[in-house]
Amino acid sequence: MSQKINIICVTGTREKLQMAAMIASVAAATGDEVSVFLSMNAIPYFVKGHTEDAPVEGELGALMAKEKGVPSFKVLFQQAVELGDAKLLPCSMAMDIMKVTHDDFDAEIGPATGLTRFLSDAEGGQMLTF
Amino acid sequence: MSDTKIVDARDTFCPGPLMELITHMKQSSVGDTLELLSTDEGSGADVPEWVNKVGHEILSNEKIDGVWHIKIRKAK
Repeated sequence: MSQKINIICVTGTREKLQMAAMIASVAAATGDEVSVFLSMNAIPYFVKGHTEDAPVEGELGALMAKEKGVPSFKVLFQQAVELGDAKLLPCSMAMDIMKVTHDDFDAEIGPATGLTRFLSDAEGGQMLTF
Repeated sequence: MSDTKIVDARDTFCPGPLMELITHMKQSSVGDTLELLSTDEGSGADVPEWVNKVGHEILSNEKIDGVWHIKIRKAK
């Protein structure tokens, strides 16, 4: 039975972005309804041309960064959208502060979303924060 | 009866092999058989979990010389 999984992603560090993307991709590809709210330090990684090289927090992040066979968090988020219809929703407040519009984001990013709307849509589902 | 399609995901880490498999499953037809090759240790348990949850069929699952060979039939 599918479930509703809501992920709030505010981190700018590699390990947490990776874990959020892993959960989003696997859950979406398994048939769960996945929504990812991108804000704070997570959101710049989804602006076209921005580096994907997120700083590591610790030992495992450093090991992961060296391994070629670890799928990047950007690819996993894309697969969540392409294979499982996940929604990647940029925080409208963060967009205002960064002075970016929807056109500035990668193609897989959905419409600007306010926190009130996200929380309303998230009602009844699981909420995970990274 | 179609041939087995090999999905070679060796040397990638979780969830790389599963996502590779899912990508190929989407492109396959009902009744097709795919064989996933994975060196990711968790694949031996995780891939069958996904296959059973979404309603496909595990035909075989064995580890040979450090490589998981997981054969799946697309059921829907």
